[in-house]
Amino acid sequence: MSSDSEKPSVDVKPEEKSTPPTKKPEEKPVDLPAFEKGISEKIVEKFGDKVQVTFVKVNRVGINVGRENVHEVAEFIRDGLNYDHVESVSGVDYPQDKEIEVVYHIGSYTDSSLASQILVLSTRAQREENPIPGNDATKLPTLRDVFYSVEFHEREIFEMFGVYFEGHPDNRRLLLPEDWADLPPLRKDFAIKGR
Amino acid sequence: MTTELPPGLALQKVDERIMTLNVGPQHPGSGHMRIIVQIDGDYIVACDPDPGYVHRGEEKMAEYRNYITNIPHLERPVIHDSCNILYPYVLGVEEIVGIEVPERAKYVRVIASELNRCIYTMYWLAIYGIFLGHSTMFMWPAGDRELLIDLMEKMTGARVTHAHFVPGGVRNDLPPNFEDVCLRQVNYFEKRIKEYAAVFYDNPILISRTRDTGVLSRQDAIRLGTTGSVLRASGVDYDLRLKEPYDVYDELDVHTNVMKEGDSYARSRVPWLDMMESCNIIRQALQKMPKSGSVRTKLKPNPKGKGLNSVYKRVESGRGSLGCYIVSDGKTEPYRLKMSVGSFRNLIALPYLLKGEKLGNMPSVYWSLNYWPVEADR
Repeated sequence: MSSDSEKPSVDVKPEEKSTPPTKKPEEKPVDLPAFEKGISEKIVEKFGDKVQVTFVKVNRVGINVGRENVHEVAEFIRDGLNYDHVESVSGVDYPQDKEIEVVYHIGSYTDSSLASQILVLSTRAQREENPIPGNDATKLPTLRDVFYSVEFHEREIFEMFGVYFEGHPDNRRLLLPEDWADLPPLRKDFAIKGR
Repeated sequence: MTTELPPGLALQKVDERIMTLNVGPQHPGSGHMRIIVQIDGDYIVACDPDPGYVHRGEEKMAEYRNYITNIPHLERPVIHDSCNILYPYVLGVEEIVGIEVPERAKYVRVIASELNRCIYTMYWLAIYGIFLGHSTMFMWPAGDRELLIDLMEKMTGARVTHAHFVPGGVRNDLPPNFEDVCLRQVNYFEKRIKEYAAVFYDNPILISRTRDTGVLSRQDAIRLGTTGSVLRASGVDYDLRLKEPYDVYDELDVHTNVMKEGDSYARSRVPWLDMMESCNIIRQALQKMPKSGSVRTKLKPNPKGKGLNSVYKRVESGRGSLGCYIVSDGKTEPYRLKMSVGSFRNLIALPYLLKGEKLGNMPSVYWSLNYWPVEADR
């Protein structure tokens, strides 16, 4: 019964693919929040075209960095901009780009003007079709020596996406069973049974 | 702790003096979590938390369901705090599909969220009591919790997992006469929890087991990125209800409770003080709430996200900041959903806190982190 009802929704999906490109240009340039714009300008001023500002919203600034510069930029974010802890590290799998994006949400406890701000630092790692976690090209430099708070988060990304963090002091599994031998489970090609 | 934190938490090389113990899972001192500790005589020399894998399917399953059908299953990780764990998701979906919330619904949400915070904290307090062998403190909160569960049942129709918050408001309006009943129950509840001080917080046995154990300094609490009551017990005044107000928190008079000691006693006392603050917030919200009006903006049956877009929304839950990162690619289901939860973020402090403690103090230190095992491996 359930599989019958779900099939139509799968068929509908390809039609929807055309919507994102048409909708994107519609977004008008709205007034950017001044404080957030100041933060993004400071980073762009310092690193030039090594960083790319992806969005500036109320209380949120998104920047994209190449994997070779991520450590340097993170150090500047901590020392130059007073962000002091990482709230969350997320992985997003993009199989069509052959890349895995790792997103750091960085906040500040010490600087009261930044208390409501979150800086979204994203970087991308190469994605292997047949992953051997830890022994393939899916690697990124760790930010553990910049922000202590990423310690468990990066271990989680390692086992859920197979992104190995070079220089992390404790590259072990955190959540999965010790004998897990399948694909990293949050990749898109790990399918749930019956779906 | 020194200025440079030790690299990693790896267990020590086995030597004949050091014994490795598996505490848990399903142990009266660890709940659903396994804590691997190495002890030298009575003292813990290293500790490695192993949160396990219970509910991690949540994030994967969310990619297969649309925005609305995700609601009932996303609240499973913390069923006692189901309104708060849905809150950032619902706020995020509202931004992704672009929908406004009626004023009355915002107040209803605040009341439900504060009631849920008390329900969760009472459950946590009951377990904290029984971990320390204090069975009165197990029975009193477990009984008083019923008052608030009854209120939530009146409001939502369900006793534990409410699925009450939906994008665009809340599922149902308040039942008739709810305001009066709620005010009466909350006043009684507040009077009741004040009595806990005499039986629990002023109890010399509790004080001797929690004072100066597991001390987390202010600097380390910030660097390790802890959140919620763990952070506030170490002297950092940070509460998202004040710092990044969502819904109507900026119209209410909210105070946060901060303690400076950073030991287990402070960490166990801050949530109790927060419950009294919650009672204040509920009373204010009941007074300021518009007496009539819609509580739900109608949504299209199967809403889609607007193009390639991502939001990160966060709220203050019973265990600290609760964030939800949603990546949308313009379809009816999220492309990726990540929940950043307080339990997981506070867990990082456990190995540092337990090092050098006596094994007997492990339950009091561990549970004072306001840790909910199932949430950490949601």
